[in-house]
Amino acid sequence: MSDVVTGTLAQVAAALRAKQLSSVELTRTVLARVDAAQGALNAFVTVDAEGALAQARAADTALARGNAPPLAGVPIAHKDVIMTAGLKTTCGSRMLSNFTAPYDAFVAEGLKNAGTVLIGKTNMDEFAMGSSNETSYFGAVRNPWNTEYVPGGSSGGSAAAVSARLVPGATGTDTGGSIRQPASLSGICGLKPTYGVCSRYGLIAFASSLDTPGMFARTAEDCGLMLNAMAGHDERDSTSLDRAREDYTRDLTVSLDGLRIGLPAEYFGSGIDPDVAAAVEAALAEFRRLGATTVDIALPNVNLSVPVYYVIAPAEASSNLSRFDGVRYGHRAEKYTDLMDMYKKSRAEGFGAEVKRRILVGTYVLSHGYYDAYYLKAQQVRRLIAGDFQRAYEKCDVIMGPTAPSPAFKIGAKTDDPVQMYLNDIFTVAGNLTGAPAMSIPCGFDRVGLPIGLQVQGNYFTEAKILNVAHRYQQATDWHQRAPRGTA
Amino acid sequence: MALTLDDVHRIAHLARIEIDAAAAREVHGKLEAIFAMINTLQAVDTTGIEPMSHAQDVMLPLREDVVTAADQRELFQSVAPAVEDGLYLVPRVVE
Repeated sequence: MSDVVTGTLAQVAAALRAKQLSSVELTRTVLARVDAAQGALNAFVTVDAEGALAQARAADTALARGNAPPLAGVPIAHKDVIMTAGLKTTCGSRMLSNFTAPYDAFVAEGLKNAGTVLIGKTNMDEFAMGSSNETSYFGAVRNPWNTEYVPGGSSGGSAAAVSARLVPGATGTDTGGSIRQPASLSGICGLKPTYGVCSRYGLIAFASSLDTPGMFARTAEDCGLMLNAMAGHDERDSTSLDRAREDYTRDLTVSLDGLRIGLPAEYFGSGIDPDVAAAVEAALAEFRRLGATTVDIALPNVNLSVPVYYVIAPAEASSNLSRFDGVRYGHRAEKYTDLMDMYKKSRAEGFGAEVKRRILVGTYVLSHGYYDAYYLKAQQVRRLIAGDFQRAYEKCDVIMGPTAPSPAFKIGAKTDDPVQMYLNDIFTVAGNLTGAPAMSIPCGFDRVGLPIGLQVQGNYFTEAKILNVAHRYQQATDWHQRAPRGTA
Repeated sequence: MALTLDDVHRIAHLARIEIDAAAAREVHGKLEAIFAMINTLQAVDTTGIEPMSHAQDVMLPLREDVVTAADQRELFQSVAPAVEDGLYLVPRVVE
């Protein structure tokens, strides 16, 4: 039992299929472990013990009948931005602290149909705005490797839950790095698929042209198994792409002989922690041993990604979050004089400081007389950045570099300086601006034992290639098998 | 394009967020730092560059103009702060 409960998603699915244990037994153990870890990590906002056990019973029935779906009985968790019918969905905000979702998100539906057991909803930065999981109304999440440190954000609860071996897989959303950066800081895998591959239906919207559902797991194989359940066309999201179904695990074992890895000078400059630089260099040496070659590439506009992002994302957020007005759902102030006062007080009370800052930035850049100078300008530079990547992919198959410029930082270290906090996303935001897939995989530890992530980026729809690259690396290294103390 | 304290009050009103003088001063300082970072974009020559609004250059799909969703008014209103007779209640706006 103890081996299975901390196994990978593929191992857990196989053990359940082989009847080594029942899904109900497994779920009970997982619920107890989640409960025991909650005080130290604060990874969950809601735990649905009753619902999880009911789903586990259904999975056991299907497993006994022999007609079980691929991930039958496997425990997972959803980031609390993903709507789950009948279950509280808070988005880490006071605004939605009492909100029960009326329907399932597309990706939640997909994982349900695959047979997974939903343990609960994970803590996150409020409205997915943050890189440290400190802006949550429900308190900061702590890093399982050292609880004085942040797990990264905004999907910090999902990252911590997978890192601490509470669940083998969890969903996240990535608008500027919110899957890859916490995966890096928490020592696990995190994949952001191509924009449009997973429907955004049922996600509480932050920045609609950037928001991308994805997942956390410990292995590339597990990420592929989850993506198989989460991808697909959905008419309810007008940006969902109508493409042929893929098995994202089909190329896992393909040889890396001849793989061309692009190394942008811009990702290896100053400002990178020396331990991060050394771990990434060591990973590149491993890829060369596996048959890959490295090629220097240039992404001359990529350093503009953060300023572009901090125009486009707040602009879209200010528009999306205007729906929270205390009328149809969410927080309404107790005392107000008239309708305008009700709006203003409900929003002032319901949103936290970082969310308000971004709404104000977005309102300003979209306001009369500033649209061309900011929003239009940012969209133009966005195209320049996307063009850099297309030129680079003429010379290479994947692009590698650090996921984040440093390992995890201490809780409270960057909360007073938003710009410093924003620079955590310096290597990840471009992937959202272009919409191409990218993944973080564990590649080492720093001098104090905090994990380091390697980012693997690929061109549009190359998820299977990225997972292949990550899988071969994981077959040759054991970074992904290291567990935080007391969790394995 | 310096952001003034008056701008902060103006955009807070546009965003329908109540803000007092002390909070406005505090957020003003942080917004100045954010805009100093954002304003690096102004130096980029973007003459003739088509704005990119979306990751994929696809046409918005169209569907038949038929009703596909079921009526779930009661379910959707069950999470509202105040409803009556199937209507959302707000403070009186017309005397």
